[in-house]
Amino acid sequence: MLKKRVIPCLDVRQGRVTKGVKFKNNVDLGDPVEMAVRYSDGGADELVFYDITASAERRPIDIGMVESVAKAIRIPFAVGGGISSVADMERVILAGAEKISVNSLAVRNPQIIAEGAVAFGRQCIVLGMDPVRSANPACPSGYEVTTRGFREFTGMDAVEWAKRAADLGAGEIVVNSVDADGTRAGFELEITRKIADAVGVPVVASGGAGRPEHLVTVFREARADAAIVAGMIHSGEYTIAGIKEVMAAAGVPTRMTF
Amino acid sequence: MTAIVDYKAGNLTSVKLAFAAIGEDAVVTSDAATIRSADRVVFPGVGAAKSAMDNLRGMGLADVVREAAATKPFLGICLGMQILFDHSEEDGGVDLLGILPGRVRRFPDGAGEKVPQIGWNDILANDPRSFVKDHDEYYFVHSYYVEKNPCTVATACYAGVEFTAAVRKGDLFAAQFHPEKSGKLGLSLLRAFLKTPVKAR
Repeated sequence: MLKKRVIPCLDVRQGRVTKGVKFKNNVDLGDPVEMAVRYSDGGADELVFYDITASAERRPIDIGMVESVAKAIRIPFAVGGGISSVADMERVILAGAEKISVNSLAVRNPQIIAEGAVAFGRQCIVLGMDPVRSANPACPSGYEVTTRGFREFTGMDAVEWAKRAADLGAGEIVVNSVDADGTRAGFELEITRKIADAVGVPVVASGGAGRPEHLVTVFREARADAAIVAGMIHSGEYTIAGIKEVMAAAGVPTRMTF
Repeated sequence: MTAIVDYKAGNLTSVKLAFAAIGEDAVVTSDAATIRSADRVVFPGVGAAKSAMDNLRGMGLADVVREAAATKPFLGICLGMQILFDHSEEDGGVDLLGILPGRVRRFPDGAGEKVPQIGWNDILANDPRSFVKDHDEYYFVHSYYVEKNPCTVATACYAGVEFTAAVRKGDLFAAQFHPEKSGKLGLSLLRAFLKTPVKAR
């Protein structure tokens, strides 16, 4: 049976992993490669790296870091931030990343999803999106897509955008709730479930993980295929193995040999 | 020397890096002579079957791969396993290399599961020929699968289908999953492959 994936997220800023709440108050957590090895050995099913300031600073992603991570770990990882073309995607893939996550870029230029899927296969192209609860009448799902680190509202309905991205060729969709991000109060179940029900590709829940039970809930109630964890493990409060024991005990299909 | 066949079907960086991690400096190559002179051949691949077959033929590598699969330790990975079989229903139907008997089909939509299958799945392996163990967990990424066939030595289940996870015929090994992305278990598999005795030629 396919296992529900636990995916640590490493936000990288100037070569260091950082963690902030809603993209603010960032604190230094350590070296990306060292943390990747620690989490990989500790049972992570996959990793995701966001070069969080690349997009805002309009500079390319740090390829040297991608190469170092690819040499050091033997599990899949995705990279996002600072991708602006198919050529950028190719550099990241050739450096050894399994997947590329596009977010703001895809909003500006949705066709990049199709171009990436044709060039590398849809399994390589992940759509990241940052939905926020919204009363905008253009967003009937009640969630609006934001970009550029929650700085800009797009007027796009989150569920419609997910469906369109999947149709264009996104192989996976990361739903990172702006409302839940950094709160450690649990995932935003409603939008995760709406998108998981609406698309035929895997959905990764993101934002709000604070306790192992939050993962159990998002897998059970929101049909997520994977869940991103960050602060709860970066702080040392929980380990991936500890999270997985709770998942397995609750009957969630979990990879336990690593 | 271990050759990794490059036929423009996906990125080979992670395969090369995985061998490097166990001390093997595998050579990524499209050159027929290099593949013929290799002790072992690794045949990876991701993407579409049709373009992969077109590339193999266009690059003059189809017969080289057939010959390698018949004569030396050989490891197919993902699409590199599927292509060894007779026929795929991908792209309206594609004839494959026909080295092994069997067909490639798409996971059914509407079985309540997402396609592609992405992630770690566990193996059912009770066949004595198997080179993976029962309950081992490996990383899969695929929309198409090989039906069970006489060379199937391990299976896994997804979308209501028990599909071929690994095949073996003598020194020909192949896996639907990605050993190069499957953590320590994957590296053990690659290490075991490197220890397959090379026949004198």
